[in-house]
Amino acid sequence: MDIVFKALADPGRRLLLDRLRDQNGQTLGQLCEHLEMSRQAVSRHLRLLEQANLVAVLWRGREKWHYLNPMPIHEIAERWIGKFERQRVQALHQLKQALEGETDG
Amino acid sequence: MAESRFLYVIYIRTTPEKLWQALIDPEFTRQYWCETRQESTWTPGAPWQILRPDGRVADSGEILEIEPHRRLVLSWQNQFVPEMREEGSSRLTYELEPVGSSVKLTVIHEMDRPDSKLIDGVSNGWPHILCSLKSLLETGESLDETRRWPEGV
Repeated sequence: MDIVFKALADPGRRLLLDRLRDQNGQTLGQLCEHLEMSRQAVSRHLRLLEQANLVAVLWRGREKWHYLNPMPIHEIAERWIGKFERQRVQALHQLKQALEGETDG
Repeated sequence: MAESRFLYVIYIRTTPEKLWQALIDPEFTRQYWCETRQESTWTPGAPWQILRPDGRVADSGEILEIEPHRRLVLSWQNQFVPEMREEGSSRLTYELEPVGSSVKLTVIHEMDRPDSKLIDGVSNGWPHILCSLKSLLETGESLDETRRWPEGV
């Protein structure tokens, strides 16, 4: 689990996860478009995200496609958000979204 | 892209044999998959369907590929939400791969059309089901939220 938190601790890697959330299934080339990061940096970040299982990959021919894998985050939520708290947490989250818009960092 | 797809990977401390059984045996599936029941003879070309607790068919299709303890591919068409049903068949793939004392389970659900409502819909449900499956195999108990069919659906 340490590696999941390490992977999430970097804003560049979170940005890549956001890009995959917007459009799931992208190649390295597509992910590099409109980003300030170098191709090497994106590639390095993706490797760590893959090790943390936050990104899952699919090979199609010689192309590697990257997908957002929410399972580790889901497992963390299951571990610390108890079954009775779930609805209250969700209600608070919806309230926060309504008040702030969807722009959480 | 001209298709819709998601790809989930989860590691479960179990054996490929036990995980395989948990994926297809109704006694297991109802515990982590909201009381639903899958019906199939699990042979290539055989029909497959998943029934809601009230007995209505939720989704149906056929077995496209089956390699026990390793790989299962089936076609999947929704049967109870008209706008999903009219999209036609999607494809579900399970791949099981032993890694140390765990099994890496890859779940791919895809459809050959962009912006599929079905794929969008099931992509929210799968993480709950897979986490619950993991919990069932590792602790003997599925997660509370997946033990009942959701109200109002």
